[in-house]
Amino acid sequence: MREITLSQAVNEALAEEMRRDPSVFILGEDVAEAGTPFKVLSGLVQEFGKDRVIDTPISEPGFMGLAVGAAMTGARPVVDIMFGDFLFLIMDQLCNQAAKTHYMSGGKLNVPLVVRTNLGATRRSAAQHSQSLQALVAHIPGLKVALPSSAYEAKGLLKTAIRDNNPVVIFEDKLMYQDKAPVPEEEYLIPFGQANIKREGRDITLIATSSMVQVAMKAAEALASSGISAEVIDPRTIVPLDEATLLASVKKTSRAIVIDEGHQSYGVTAEIASRLNEKAFYYLDAPVLRMGAMDVPVPFSPVLEDLTVPTPDRVAEAARRLCAGEMIHAA
Amino acid sequence: MTSMKATPEPQADRSNAERYLRMYRQMVRIRTFEEQANQLYLTARMPGLTHMYSGEEAVAVGICEALTDTDRITSTHRGHGHCVAKGAEFRSMFCELLGKAEGYCRGKGGSMHIADQSHGNLGANAIVGGSMGIATGSALRAKLFGQDDVTVCFFGDGATAQGLLYEVMNMAALWKLPVIYACENNGYSEYTKTAEIAAGSLTARAEAFGIEAFRVDGQDVLAVNELAERLVARARRGEGPFFIELETYRYHGHHVGDINRDYYRSKEEETLWKTERDPIIRMRAWLVEQGIAAEAEIEAMNAQIRKDAEDAVAYAEAAPYPDPSEVDMHVFTDVLHATRIGA
Ligand SMILES: Cc1ncc(C[n+]2csc(CCOP(=O)(O)OP(=O)(O)O)c2C)c(N)n1
Ligand SMILES: [Mg+2]
Repeated sequence: MREITLSQAVNEALAEEMRRDPSVFILGEDVAEAGTPFKVLSGLVQEFGKDRVIDTPISEPGFMGLAVGAAMTGARPVVDIMFGDFLFLIMDQLCNQAAKTHYMSGGKLNVPLVVRTNLGATRRSAAQHSQSLQALVAHIPGLKVALPSSAYEAKGLLKTAIRDNNPVVIFEDKLMYQDKAPVPEEEYLIPFGQANIKREGRDITLIATSSMVQVAMKAAEALASSGISAEVIDPRTIVPLDEATLLASVKKTSRAIVIDEGHQSYGVTAEIASRLNEKAFYYLDAPVLRMGAMDVPVPFSPVLEDLTVPTPDRVAEAARRLCAGEMIHAA
Repeated sequence: MTSMKATPEPQADRSNAERYLRMYRQMVRIRTFEEQANQLYLTARMPGLTHMYSGEEAVAVGICEALTDTDRITSTHRGHGHCVAKGAEFRSMFCELLGKAEGYCRGKGGSMHIADQSHGNLGANAIVGGSMGIATGSALRAKLFGQDDVTVCFFGDGATAQGLLYEVMNMAALWKLPVIYACENNGYSEYTKTAEIAAGSLTARAEAFGIEAFRVDGQDVLAVNELAERLVARARRGEGPFFIELETYRYHGHHVGDINRDYYRSKEEETLWKTERDPIIRMRAWLVEQGIAAEAEIEAMNAQIRKDAEDAVAYAEAAPYPDPSEVDMHVFTDVLHATRIGA
């Protein structure tokens, strides 16, 4: 199968959906000729024109608001939020307006829009360009949240997001834009709420999202050489969450670590760990561990920054200790 | 800024008699709806509280009379007037106010979130300024899809302090969007005189973006409507956006519970507006003087509206609440009960 970068995968997903459905358009800063600072959208304005690939002023709340109104009246905007950190600027429009409109109107109004943004530290970008804020939006009822872990997922999940009639926030790992993965030439979609078992195992389940899937896969490899068989599962969407697949795995392995690049406290890892505790408690041989980003703003200095995110070594070490029956806690 | 000066009362154009009467009727419907809503609150038959539109009827009616059902509006926390003026029915509105299943939003929105999709009302909004983006986005959709509908964004003078307004006016002006920003200047932001929190002139702010701005007497439904008809027609032709500042006044407190308000505005001021500038009294006198309607006809119309409102309240009070199973419905379009799956 051919291999393309995550950036190309996103670009293809948008191009295919814009060809298929004339109501889809892109709105954001430097999305047209510049194709975004990450060059993810290069070429789209040439095919679809400036009416459908719209360069906006630097007004995140403003153009997010426009997207909500356009979506409520029949369009399917894809909003480009250049850095995940800028989600804080659009919170009212996303969480008070888009997320609640369908509910507040008793099901009469729909808001079919997509917010494309990114996550991920270790790019030496410091505290305001490195956050992974998926927990923040996943907390709000009415928003769906997708976390692609490779080019393959990035394409299939984005196409699904664009066709979804609800507001969807999709986080791309900005460090992975140039990473290649096999992506079929033929069209495909990845349904929301279907976890992907990346690697089967017997002794422990590593549930990892987005950037952390690679970390978990490397940890699993290291564990294999010390005789521990780790299962790695990528939920792919955290809202909706495929609980059934996660629970089945944990019931089989009886141990689990949940790994996500958002801050650990009150985060995605806490939510998933808690559900496993509630629904698989009597199958567990060890507490479910959370491994998120350290609860500090992301520091600039590389020596400091690298300490703040889970690494394959740290995941493997925690897994070994869990399997050895040690009572440990992650933070 | 173009000021619509208080002109001598215009001569009636007989061919417009039906429209004049409709505007009068709609203003009375709003006033009557609100009297009933206030009664429901005062007698503790309504959950929560509500913000009264009484006194500002000519604004909503004068503007909405210039719109069709495919034109959109966005509304505010003080939204009953916009909702009625855009064509909503009393029954579904009262049901919504009382949290009943037959409400416009199945009781999930209440007074501050009534939306009426069938008449193009995209909804009231409890975030001050929260719908400015939505209105502008609706206009962006119209432009992108080549549709000729116009969107009117209602908001208060207090809301002009929100930065969002300036972000979206910038884009609306850059892209010539068919949106009309209708600022209902009732002089107060909650319990504060707007003069104390707004620097400079409101219309000048719109003009800074190259948006044509107008100031009009919001108690004169004919003047409001005349301006709105012109601007809506121009916006339809792609000459928008526009900004209108409508000078108006709210008769009640900020919300129904704001009873003792001497500390921020005087009884004399309130009385003056109610007696000298009331939009309904003024229109009624004009209709009679111009021979469009006789006193008796107007009395009959008012009585009928009162009866409709009372019937609607009785209906809503007797109507069933939503089934408890509805609590997790309508969170997502494609999930019947959001908390029953692993969502
Ligand atoms: C973002 C936000 N801040 C504050 C409030 C509380 N609040 C509700 S209405 C209001 C005053 C709004 O004044 P204005 O826009 O002039 O509208 P009016 O009430 O006069 O119609 C305030 C401060 C709110 N609902 N939303
Ligand atoms: Mg006000």
